Amino acid sequence: MALRVWASSAANALKLSPAAPFSLSRCFSSVLDGAKYATSHEWVKHEGSVATIGITDHAQDHLGEVVFVELPEPGAAVTQASGFGAVESVKATSDVNSPISGEVVEVNTKLTETPGLINSSPYADGWMIKVKPSNPSELESLMGPTEYTKFCEEEDAAH
Amino acid sequence: MAALPLMKLIRLKGVPILQQLHLEERLLRTSPHNWCIINDGTNLPHIVMGISGKPAELLEINSVLRDKVPVIRRFSGGGTVIVDTGTIFVTFICNKDDVSEVQPYPRPIMSWSSLLYSKVFQGVGDFVLRENDYAFGNRKFGGNAQSITKNRWIHHTSFLWDYEINNMAYLKLPKRAPEYRLARNHLDFICCMKEYMPRTNFITRTVDALQGEFSVETTDLEAVESPPNTKFIHSSKILTERELEEAALG
Repeated sequence: MALRVWASSAANALKLSPAAPFSLSRCFSSVLDGAKYATSHEWVKHEGSVATIGITDHAQDHLGEVVFVELPEPGAAVTQASGFGAVESVKATSDVNSPISGEVVEVNTKLTETPGLINSSPYADGWMIKVKPSNPSELESLMGPTEYTKFCEEEDAAH
Repeated sequence: MAALPLMKLIRLKGVPILQQLHLEERLLRTSPHNWCIINDGTNLPHIVMGISGKPAELLEINSVLRDKVPVIRRFSGGGTVIVDTGTIFVTFICNKDDVSEVQPYPRPIMSWSSLLYSKVFQGVGDFVLRENDYAFGNRKFGGNAQSITKNRWIHHTSFLWDYEINNMAYLKLPKRAPEYRLARNHLDFICCMKEYMPRTNFITRTVDALQGEFSVETTDLEAVESPPNTKFIHSSKILTERELEEAALG
């Protein structure tokens, strides 16, 4: 399992351009520098007036091959820690929760035809929604990359 | 010794599958308790697809329309089944913190369930979890699906106690099939539980296995459904004739 996780996340990391800084953690799932993380394994990167949201490498690895993605419509409201969509993998639907509150301004329509982008590129091509934050201070309550890496290690070690 | 977490048990017989799915989704999303729901058969044959099921890919739609077989798209993932009085449904709804040794992802949950059922089928047949199916040897008798929320998850199974051979003709060979299926048609791929265990024995043994992990408290459907929760919006729906006709046209 550890070897497969390493291979999977190394492959993910190698596909990414040098302009996108990624780190390989000791738990062998990659994190996106500059992003913040929820305990439910979603990431958010706030740039200018828009925040991009997706699920983490740790999440996609544990979920397995994503075969279907359910996303909201642009204009929909999202609330911190509440579900905005779902992914299907193996035999399960899994809720995806928003790390911040705001209004959806764009959804990644490529995920309809190619849901596997979430597995192959969770921090780049597999982004899920873009949100105009209604309360940017919510970002302060989220974990940074180092703290999230430790969180994943502890969670995996506990099981 | 720590107390076992509480699990409420509802035993049903012949309840319509749509009513069961509505109950399950509501309990998953609005109840704080752990639940086991056992429905011993459902009253009428229904086809039940997973959340992303596409009728044109999965069903012989013209036959389904001709024979007016209801088709449901359920809230959980997974594949397509045809269910009837010969199906036994067993569902677990758990708080992740009450089953803390199980990481709330599909494969650990599937693995946990297979350990529980290995106790049920101990000494009976060659029970095995094959990819995501319960099988005796290489023949499937139980199909699984899950839905996972932030703090809770549901794992539900339809067990093939017996089946009507003619009903299998409504289902196409799925594009996404487990490797062990090896392109076998339905009749060569599945088997009946009735060849292995009396019906009531299976249910008794399942409750016994559950009591090894939970403090089980039986309750009844009326207590759970009263007063009716009219605010909850269910995702599981019966597809309309028009939706099926449009799917057939591609």
